[in-house]
Formats: sequence, structure tokens, C-alpha cells
Amino acid sequence: MLDVEDLYKSYPTPQGPLPVLQGVDLRLERGGSLALMGESGSGKSTLLHLVAGLDSVDRGRIHADGKPLHEMGERELAEWRRCGIGLIFQQFNLVGSLTVADNLAFQARLAGRHDAGWQARLVEQLGLGELLHRYPEQLSGGQQQRVALGRALAARPALVLADEPTGNLDEATAEQVLHLLLELVAGSGSTLLMVTHSPQVAARLQRTVVLRKGRVHPGVEASA
Amino acid sequence: MSIVRWTLRALLSHWRRHPVQFFSLFTGLWLATALLTGVQAINGQARESYARANDLIGGTPHANLQPVDGQPLPQEAFTQLRREGWPVSPVLEGTVQLADGSGRLRVMGIEPLSLPPGSRMAGAPTKAGGLIDFISPPGQGWIAAETMQALDLTEGATQPLANGEALPPLHARGGMAPGVLMVDIGVAQRLLQTPGEISRLVVPAAVQSTLPPPWDTRLRRDDGADTGLDGLTDSFHLNLTALGLLAFAVGLFIVHAAIGLALEQRRPLLRTLRASGVGVRELLLALVIELGVLALLGGTAGVASGYLLASLLLPDVAASLRGLYGAEIGGQLTLSPAWWLSGLGLALVGALLAGASSLWRAARLPLLAVAGGEAWMQAHRLWLRRQGIVAAIAAVVALVAWQWGDSLVSGFVMLGGMLLAAALGLPLLLSGMLRLIPTIGRSPLTGWFIADARQQLPALSLALMALLLALAANVGAGSMTEGFRHTFTAWLDQRLAAELYIRPTDEAQARALQEWLPRQTEVEHHVVVRGLDIEVDGHPVELSGITDDSLYREHWPLLESVDEPWDALFDGSAVMLSEQLARRLDVRAGDAITLPTSGSNWQPRVAAIYADYGNPRGHVLVANQELHRHWHGAPVDSIAVRAAPGAVDALASRLQDAFDLGSDRVVDQARLKGWARQVFERTFSATAALNSLTLGVAGVALFIALLTQGQGRLGQLAPLWATGVSRARLMQLNAAQAWLLSALTLLLALPLGILLAWALVAVINVQAFGWRLPLQVFPGQLLQLAGWAMVATALASAWPLWKLWRSRPVDLLRAFSDER
Repeated sequence: MLDVEDLYKSYPTPQGPLPVLQGVDLRLERGGSLALMGESGSGKSTLLHLVAGLDSVDRGRIHADGKPLHEMGERELAEWRRCGIGLIFQQFNLVGSLTVADNLAFQARLAGRHDAGWQARLVEQLGLGELLHRYPEQLSGGQQQRVALGRALAARPALVLADEPTGNLDEATAEQVLHLLLELVAGSGSTLLMVTHSPQVAARLQRTVVLRKGRVHPGVEASA
Repeated sequence: MSIVRWTLRALLSHWRRHPVQFFSLFTGLWLATALLTGVQAINGQARESYARANDLIGGTPHANLQPVDGQPLPQEAFTQLRREGWPVSPVLEGTVQLADGSGRLRVMGIEPLSLPPGSRMAGAPTKAGGLIDFISPPGQGWIAAETMQALDLTEGATQPLANGEALPPLHARGGMAPGVLMVDIGVAQRLLQTPGEISRLVVPAAVQSTLPPPWDTRLRRDDGADTGLDGLTDSFHLNLTALGLLAFAVGLFIVHAAIGLALEQRRPLLRTLRASGVGVRELLLALVIELGVLALLGGTAGVASGYLLASLLLPDVAASLRGLYGAEIGGQLTLSPAWWLSGLGLALVGALLAGASSLWRAARLPLLAVAGGEAWMQAHRLWLRRQGIVAAIAAVVALVAWQWGDSLVSGFVMLGGMLLAAALGLPLLLSGMLRLIPTIGRSPLTGWFIADARQQLPALSLALMALLLALAANVGAGSMTEGFRHTFTAWLDQRLAAELYIRPTDEAQARALQEWLPRQTEVEHHVVVRGLDIEVDGHPVELSGITDDSLYREHWPLLESVDEPWDALFDGSAVMLSEQLARRLDVRAGDAITLPTSGSNWQPRVAAIYADYGNPRGHVLVANQELHRHWHGAPVDSIAVRAAPGAVDALASRLQDAFDLGSDRVVDQARLKGWARQVFERTFSATAALNSLTLGVAGVALFIALLTQGQGRLGQLAPLWATGVSRARLMQLNAAQAWLLSALTLLLALPLGILLAWALVAVINVQAFGWRLPLQVFPGQLLQLAGWAMVATALASAWPLWKLWRSRPVDLLRAFSDER
């Protein structure tokens, strides 16, 4: 499903280029789940952004769902984000001016894959039935992240990318959200790549890869 | 398309959640379009009226044969030339007054059967069959439907005139110009009581032969077939257009501010959209469609309001144009679909112009950058630097146009450059002024007050620019208008020194009057003015022959002169010129000029130059004996009568009875001054109305900027509240900041306004009308305007302050924790 080979990425700074990824290799099978861990600045979010097509690769290759992301232009990357993946952020990033119902359907509609039956199931599983006509600012953090989960999965993406999805939530809510995320991903047959700081969260996924200074830390890959 | 559709839906949902921003954007587009389309409607209506006036005899291109001495021609001119094979056709023109005093009509008498083949009358072909009613007794009067309505006339009616005659049955015709009555020439001679006379002859332009004697010396050919109204009134319309454009620019400032703010607030949304797979092209397309829809909404409201505004202003503008140039404008707006469409197009183009920079920033928005306040401040600093550079370039352009320009267009370039430089330089100047406020010994709260005021500049700068422009325009136009009023009133008092002015109908009556007047006990003395129209270097000029009298020596106001100018005039060695003619001919007192006479040219010296405000034509004063010597038989134009002021009414009444003179031929000084002042007031009423509206728009801009900025203010005020500053104190500080920024803007607007007034009186006026006014500043007026600006600021800041006052401590608390 995901094949990352010899990936390099650096960012310009006044002091010169700052290397963030320095030859990362990673594979993830279809339907699998993988937790990316590492210290702040280790490059895990950058790797997630590159796989999401939010940023461009300096060197190396990324093949996702058979597509060479490293060769894609802006339009193809936009299509990849629209149809190929579901993104979940720590800050939720819901559209504040749309209702919960519209937020849930938003990406599926963009992708031309809106399925009312599937959305109704998501609403039920996520427990959002009472909240459909509310706006994001009227929801708690946990409720907002549940909406974000629903939005990411509504188009049945092949790959779900989550950037510390529970980082902003209290322990009980985080557990509830994580449980829903894993259940829904498993139910939809999607592949999950998640960035997290929490070993407990990582332990719930099939595999864990640790990044250190822009490289995969050898011997720290674990399987659940 | 579904991507664009859903993107658009997400974008549009923003306005539902931020109605104030939607209101500000809509208001900006609405006001900008309303003011400019209103002005365009007035100008369009006027130009359409001029076109109709020019096209009364249209079709085949033709030239006019005008009498050299400006006097009516005998009808024999037509018959003799016709007999000699010249395809000429006679025209008689004059003015009649309705018996009930309800109005005047310009009579145009023509002889349709002799008009050049292919000619059109009032826009329609001259088919003999259709003219039977027109030429057969009692004839027919063709008139515009709007004129009939304005004068309360009815189709087929015959209306009595003040001179005892009656109009032929009236018939409304589509192509007629407003205020004009077209009749057969025989009917016109009866109505105007000028039997056997014609005003000019029309000849096909293709006929170029030399006229036979004596007409070769008595007639001159004039190939400009039109009435010349376009040229005369161009400056007037240009001034209106300039005001409309200024209002449009101020409106676009609001739009620009609202779109920019909406972009800043929607950065997270745009990033989310991009992260969800919306490409740059789709995003831009959706933003452009959104802007287009908003522009159409605002534009539609604007065009409708523009129509209403034009309807309200048109009567005053029509009265001004009639008074200043004798141009008749239809009183009812008849606007083409093209005008409505161009108004909407204007709103679209304006919105795209105002939103271009925001669209550009949206296109370049990095997907992963963090939209921090500091990043925005840095971007603003860069933007400020660029603005400063553009302001400097605009200032240089203004200087170049002033130094080397020599036309109305260069005058407006100077004006535009000056205003643009001031507006774009304002944020830099304000920032500099805030920096200059002393820092020694100030409390931490005062320190925060100044620093926070500077931080507010980016959000408020556009509204403050709009306020600066509106205030400067008010100071400039106010100084010019008030200065003109003072100068004009003083000039009228000097120029119209005689108590009564009589315009005799013919030479015989003039002679009889000169015998009658000295016998009247109330008459102290009288002065005869002879006159005729000539052309000097292609410019139409009125020539007035006067006799040596204290009326001139003691009262006639001179702008510049040689020594003993009146002696030079009356000894026949010199003439005096009006300011506008002197400027057109580029001569000064002491120079010599060449005047065409009945025989050879005459080259007198210029003894003096005098002001002749409001007269679009040139004017020359010559001694009566010189007029007689060089232009034989110049008729009496008017007789000025000095009399005891208390006896003027009785004298005027006896005069009218004794000589059967209409009220338009015996005019007392007070009435003439009253009429002139009325024309003046109406001329500037449209200017004053547009100016007030522009200030209103600027007030709205400031209100919207404060309101939208107020939405994000809680976060900035929360830390102060958390550290123990009360809400009441925060409100006071907030109000004081708005006042401080407005006061500083006002401080800069005053010198800019005075500079603008100078540009209007010394550059634009000279180029547009040919005369210059002294620059006058009226402190009372400035104080009043300052008061209004402060009231506008207080009103604009009242609602945001009220919202702040109503905010609960818990809101401040939430803002505080969110800010951390």
C-alpha cells in the first residue's frame, strides 16, 4: 500500500538548509496500521505531510496505492488528497462555518463519493446524531475530533493519515476517539498511518516505527 | 464542477457566520457603484440631450453660413443665393416665453423643403408626405414629450406667449431635444416677431464654392455643425466624473479591506480545503465566482441607488447647465440597458481590482505555513514598504504633471497622483507620528496604548485612507466653493453696478430709448453698450463697445493692467480682455493682439485683463468709437441705467409699458444678481451632495473597519483585563485609540485639503474654464469639518465599544486562555 524509499527533505533557514528527513525507508501493507513515533523535530509529521501530498519531496520515492507521489504535480497531488487519503489533525481543522452534517459530508462530496447510507452509519457509530445541526464551535474537543474522524472516513479512503489525533484530548476522551478510529478503519478496510507521542496509543496499532534525527531508528520497529 | 460547487459552498458559509463582514463588502460595492453610476447617469443624460440638439438637422453633413456681424440676416440672403443655384436652407432661432410665465422655449424655425437631400429633422427623414401638417397653416410645433410634460403642455394645444402670439398645435416627437420647439420658418418669424429675418443658412458640406457678392463679405462659413455644447460642458462633466471616481475609489477601499479581512479569517478554511484535495485552480475559481456573485449583488443595489441619486441631482445639474451654458437637459432620466450593464460591469471590475491582492495571496498560500499574527505583521511591514514606494512614485508623477503639464488631463493626473501619494503614504506617516509621541515618564498602560494603536494600524489603515481622502476632498471642494462664492459675489457687486439693464429689440427702439431715458427724473444717467460676436483665433468672442463712464472706471474689476488702462482704452489704442480669452490667446497686459474686423485686421494693445466668471466664451471691451470704426453698424446690445435704487421698480414698469418690452428685456440689478447667485448655488449643489456622500462613505468605512477589527479585539484586551484593568477603562482606552488615529488623520487631511483646493482653483479651474480664483482658507469651515470627522469617529466606534461593554468576563477569560 505504502512504499517509501530513501526519502530526503530539508527546509531552508537563515543558517542554511535544515535536514529533517535523511533517507527514510518505510513499507506498510494494505489494511495494516503503523504508528510513527519519535521526539519533537524527528521528522515524523514531515513524513506524514509528504505521504499526504501536502509538501514536496527533495529526494527519494513514495509510492502509495501504486501511485508515484514523488512524481506528481499540484493537480495530481490535490486529487490524491481528495480521493486517496483521509486526514485527521490534532487541531481538528473543521470548517467552522459549516454544520456538523456538512463537515462530515464535505470531503466525500469533493471526491464525488458521497454515500448517504455510509454516512448514516458513521454518524451512528460516532454518536453524532444529536449534533448534526450544530457548528464546530458549539462542540467539545472530543466531539470535534469525532466529526473529523467521520469526515476523513466518509469517502472510504485507501489510506488514513492521523497526526496526533488524540493529542488535544483528555485521557478518557482520547481512548474513546482512538477506539472509534481503529474500529472504523478496520471496518472500512483502510490502511492507517498515525503519528503519536504516546506509547500506549502506538501499542494499539499493528506496527510502530521510531524516527530519530530524520532516520528510521534501527531495531526499534515493533509489532503489536 | 462538484469540487468548485462544494468549495464555493464552504466559502459562502463564512458570510452566514460573519454577517458584518458581508454587510461591509456589500456596502462598499453598493456605495462605490451607486455614486459613480449616478454621476454617469447624469452625464449620459446630458450628452444624449446634446446629441439630440446637434441632430435636430442631421443626416447629410452640412455647414452653416453665419452673419459676420452676428446680426439677423434678411430673408433675401436665402432667396438670392437660391436663385444663383446655391442649395441653401434658412434657419431662424430665438427664444419665447410662455404667457403664464411657466417657462421658455428655444424656437428653431426651418424650411424643410429646401433642406439638403437626405437631411433628417429631429432624427427622422424629411419625407414630403409627412410634413404636410408641419408646413400647412396653422403649422405644427414639434417638441420633446418630456418638455411638454415639464411645461404642462398638451398634445395639439396652442399655448399663448408673453408677446401676445400663440404657439401652433404641439406635437410630441421622439428625436426632439429638450427645451426646443421646431416649427416651419414662417411660424418662427411670427412667434419671434421677426418678419423677414433669418439667423443662418444651412448648406451641404460638400458645397465648397466661394459665395457671390455681397454675401462673400457678410457671411462666414462654419463647418462645425453642432451646437458646441459638448465642448462647452465637457469640463463640467469631467468635474462630476472626477468626484464620482473619488467616491468609487473610497468605496473600493471598503471592499478591499473587507475582502482582505475575510481572507485573513479564512486562512484556516483555505488550508483545510487545500488539505482536503481542492486544487489551487479550483480554489481560485471558487473565490472569483464568490467575488463575482457579491459584486453582482452590490452592483445591482448600487446601480438602482445610482439611478435614484441621479434622479435627485438631475434637476440641480440641469438648472446649472441651463444657467451656465444655455444647455437644455431632459429632466427625466432615460437610461439605456447599456448603462445598467456598464454599472454592473463597473461593480465586477471594481470588486476584482479590490480583491486582486487577496486572490493573489490566496493562490500563494502555503499549505503548511502557520498563520501567526507575527507573520502577518511582517507581511504587513513588507506591504507598507511597497506602498511607500508607490506613494513616492505617485508624488513624483504629480510633480511632473504640475511642472510640465498643460491640459485638463495633466491637471487631473496631478490631482490623482497627489491624492494617491497621500493615501498610500498615510499608514507610514501615522506610524511615524505615533512613534514620535514622547516615551519618557509614561505609565505601562500609556506604553501599551501607543504600541497597541500602532498594531491596529494594519487593520484600520484602509479605512483611515478613505477618511483622509474624503476629508481632504471636503476641505478642498469646500474651500474652493466658499472662495468662489466670496469672489463671485464681490465681482457681481462690482460688475453689475448699474441699477437697470435694458436689451432693446432693435436699433430704432434703442434710439427711442436713448431719447426717452434722459427725460426721466429718476434716471441719473445711462450708458449704451454695443456688441457683436466675432471669432479670434478660432475662439468665439463677444465684443462690447462702451463709452467712457464712471460705471467702468470706478467699478469694473481688473486682474492686471498697464498704467492708466481706461485712458488707453478710450483713446482707442487698446482693448481689454477677459481672463479666459487672455489665457487662450496666451497674452498679458501690454501685449498686442489681432482682431478680425469688417475690413482688414486691427492690432490694438491689451490695456487690462478682467475676470469674467461663468462665461464660457471670450469677452473683449473696446471703446465705442473703435467698435464703430472697425465693425460698421454694430447694434446696441444693452443700455445700463443708473437710477435711484428706490425708484427702479417704477421706472422698469414705465419702461415696459412705454416700449412694450418683455420682462426678459428689462432686468434690474438685484434680479440679475439673484439669478446669477442661484445658478452658482445650483452649480455646486451637486458637488456638495457628492462630497457629503463621500464623507458618509468614509464614515461607513471606518465603522466597518472598527467593527470587524473589534471582533478580534477581545484577544488583545484580555491580557490587560486579566492583569486588573477594568472593562470601563478598556473601553475608554479603545475609544481614545480610535479618536487618536482619526485626529492624526484629520491633522494630515487639512493641509492635503488645502493643497487640493489650490490644485482646483489654480490648475483644474484654469484648464477647465480659463480663469483662476484666489486661494482662500476658511478656519470656521475647517473647524466644522473637524467636528464632523470626530462625530463620525464617535459614531463609528460606538457599536464596537458597546459590544465590548456587553462582553462577559467569561468571554475575556476564554479569549485569554485561547491566546496563551
